[in-house]
Amino acid sequence: MKTVFEKSVPGREGCWPEEPKSKIEDFIPADLLREEAGMPSLSELDVVRHFTRLSQKNFGVDSNFYPLGSCTMKYNPKFTEQVAAMPGFAKLHPVIPQLKGAGHHCQGALEVIHETESMLCELTGMAAFTMHPMAGAHGELTGVMLMAAYHRDKGNKKTKIVCPDSAHGTNPASAAVAGYDVVSVESKDGIITPEALAEVLDDDVAGVMMTCPNTLGLFETHLQELVEMIHEKDALLYYDGANMNAIMGKLRVGDAGFDIVHLNLHKTLGTPHGGGGPGSGPVGVSERVKPFLPISRVEKFEDGQYYLSYDEPKSIGYVAPFYGNFGVYLKAYAYMLRLGGEGLTRATEGAVLSANYMRKRLENHYEIPYNRICMHEFVASAVEQAKNGVRALDVAKALLDKGHHAPTIYFPLIVKECLMIEPTETENKETIDRFIDDLIEIAEMAEKNPEALQAAPLTTSVKRLDETKAARSMVITDDIK
Amino acid sequence: MPYVPHSPEEIREMLDVIGANSVEDLFAEIPAELRPKSFDLPKGKSEMAVLEMLGKMAAKNTTDLTSFLGAGFYDHFIPTAVDALSSRSEFYTAYTPYQPESSQGTLQAIFEYQTAMARLMGMDYANASVYDCGSALYEATLMAVRKTRRKKIIVSEALNPIYRVMLDSYTTNLNIELVTVPHNHGLTNVKSITAAVDKDTAAVIVQNPNFFGSVNDFTEMFEKVHEHKALAIMSTYPVMQAVLKTPGQMGADIAIADGQSIGQPLSFGGPYLGIMTCTKALVRQMPGRIAGRTEDEDGKTGYVLTIQAREQHIRRQKATSNICSNQALCALRTLIHLCLLGEEGLRRTATLSVERAHYAAERLTAIDGVEMFTKSPFGNEFAVTLPVNAFEVIDKLTERGIIPGFPVGRYYEGMENVLLVACTEKTTEEQIGIFAEILRGTI
Repeated sequence: MKTVFEKSVPGREGCWPEEPKSKIEDFIPADLLREEAGMPSLSELDVVRHFTRLSQKNFGVDSNFYPLGSCTMKYNPKFTEQVAAMPGFAKLHPVIPQLKGAGHHCQGALEVIHETESMLCELTGMAAFTMHPMAGAHGELTGVMLMAAYHRDKGNKKTKIVCPDSAHGTNPASAAVAGYDVVSVESKDGIITPEALAEVLDDDVAGVMMTCPNTLGLFETHLQELVEMIHEKDALLYYDGANMNAIMGKLRVGDAGFDIVHLNLHKTLGTPHGGGGPGSGPVGVSERVKPFLPISRVEKFEDGQYYLSYDEPKSIGYVAPFYGNFGVYLKAYAYMLRLGGEGLTRATEGAVLSANYMRKRLENHYEIPYNRICMHEFVASAVEQAKNGVRALDVAKALLDKGHHAPTIYFPLIVKECLMIEPTETENKETIDRFIDDLIEIAEMAEKNPEALQAAPLTTSVKRLDETKAARSMVITDDIK
Repeated sequence: MPYVPHSPEEIREMLDVIGANSVEDLFAEIPAELRPKSFDLPKGKSEMAVLEMLGKMAAKNTTDLTSFLGAGFYDHFIPTAVDALSSRSEFYTAYTPYQPESSQGTLQAIFEYQTAMARLMGMDYANASVYDCGSALYEATLMAVRKTRRKKIIVSEALNPIYRVMLDSYTTNLNIELVTVPHNHGLTNVKSITAAVDKDTAAVIVQNPNFFGSVNDFTEMFEKVHEHKALAIMSTYPVMQAVLKTPGQMGADIAIADGQSIGQPLSFGGPYLGIMTCTKALVRQMPGRIAGRTEDEDGKTGYVLTIQAREQHIRRQKATSNICSNQALCALRTLIHLCLLGEEGLRRTATLSVERAHYAAERLTAIDGVEMFTKSPFGNEFAVTLPVNAFEVIDKLTERGIIPGFPVGRYYEGMENVLLVACTEKTTEEQIGIFAEILRGTI
């Protein structure tokens, strides 16, 4: 399909504003100006048709089962979109509460921030939350900056952060970009053992980043012991909330002793993933980390009015220009209000039930490396199929032909031919059964006709794409031929 | 329970297959002492009740103020088709295009967005977006530090202070030396910045138009910067890039911007997007997703995420950045908005905004005691010096339904009387007239 630039017809009228009275040269000297910017000229219908066609080349949760492990592709209730579009929220300039005497013009928005933080505190058992981080990895970076501030304040000189070998790539990357050396701890039987942690946990460790349940979908059964060991070294314990959908109402990480946690609201709390964002990655902290939270903080006067506090001498400063992705966490707030405590618990239960049901139905057809009760997701492996030349990638592509999005593949790195499957609670049993039946059929085909799977997908808008060619030729704009 | 479809019978069937007696059995590994000590969240509400409750909260925010606020965040008109297209669920309920064959819509849109951003900035390459301009600034800084293996960054004080404070926070633990060069009565101090560059300098960071609205040409300064083998990082305002000399023409190595003003509602601070573009030489240092064109097995054109060896899911702690999710849907909105405006529409938007700002400047400076602070060509924003404290003026005018602008004294000491005023194509001459008359009566 042609690009918008290839479709452009110079002079064709789009959504133009009125004609200005003057020329730009009347205001700004010509030597400070450019020639044409090269934007396409299209009619409104041209644009509408182009992007409608593009959208039809996508799988999304509304049209396809999307069991992408660790991404929690649950259904996003439609009404939350309407909330974010309310003019009282969408039209509000972020500078308004910073102006003298203008705070009363945005009390509703400040209340949203305050109340969302309160609900997240209760959900996780943390002492305080900041809504500023704009995605999960941004929350991680904020969390590691908080660790650094905590240790600096105590006069600790610590240089290392420990991440399990099953961690999301963002964990070690966040620690590294915040200036720390990364040490990996090996998991045994899918989880971290006290012995393995002891080998790497020395006085230089500033913090340990954990995902619980971990990326294999397993609960860290030694959690209490690990927490004690880490705190004994005056290291902080970080909770990667990517898998929070597994524990709502069942475990509060604050109660368990975690010091810092980020949540992915676009995963756990039902806000759309947007084709890769915008997300929202609020960070919760225990009492001892609270003084270091980013500014500003929303506080409440005794008369019930909300205001922004900038008087936070130990704060790490600003991680966002204003208050984070307000329009995103507003949707998460609406979602939490809709479900309430019980609804959130049921969501977790539904997710864990579906994952275990799928794992069990699949166990005779695919290798399940850690085949025990899992939480909201589990890891299968195509090692058996690979003996016939059908790799995890081929299974993934064959699933596309069946109308399902593929699971996450080749992650976590510690499982060969990995298929990481997360059904979420919002998919009904028929959908789950059909997916499992299709996976079983693919396993059978892997024995009878592996070539057919290696040729998949055939029903998508393009067949398998040459990634090597893309990386070599680097055609990453329409101006490179 | 809303959004959880399993019926009691289905739950029973599923438990039977699992071999568990109850759903609670599935959580047996979480020990009793770790179970929530409290879980006092409110009871769930109907959709209607939540909409009503949030509608009331939204109504507590004032939306009928006439605003001259900018400071990097501008209220441009968003064509209705932007909402209609970006709210197609195939776009907004998808995720990062890990399976390219089922994500060609998202991938081609990213490719087109990258093309549009590269052209707007006059640069070679763009990525698929980062969180906002502040995070783009931080990522650009790290790119420069990696590329030059130097640690000193020279920052113009006329760079938006909202981003300067972010850069301060982000670099606290990184052993990076930030040297801030004071502005010169609102002008970017080209001479002082040039003089500050030395063999230890990784990059200089400047903004055009700068925070006070001043429009500049940094070509000569960037030449000097390059003589020291340092990099030039330039922050811009994308609407004005329709008409202004581009970062690429001036010789910038990295150009960044906040994409809010093209397609994103103000929405109390986000979601926005950070636009990042760079030269060919720097592309492998760029953070984040990049879509590239390729072919499928039949030779048909398609798109994939490419040069991923930079990224965290491959390189872990050795990645160029920790970024995973970016602001994809916002980038899509920016692209759609640009396509709807087209070359002529974007140019008109920029020109109208500049025209209104110049009318406002004329009206405001006609008031006794009000003087232009921005003494150079300017775009859609400018600063004036008032005979009285700008904070007080804002307080008084807001009571009359007008937010007259941003108080520069909030970030710049000794500039309590300076007011930063922005216009867009939405600002009318009538609104400007009322603003001027009320201001005249106030001071």
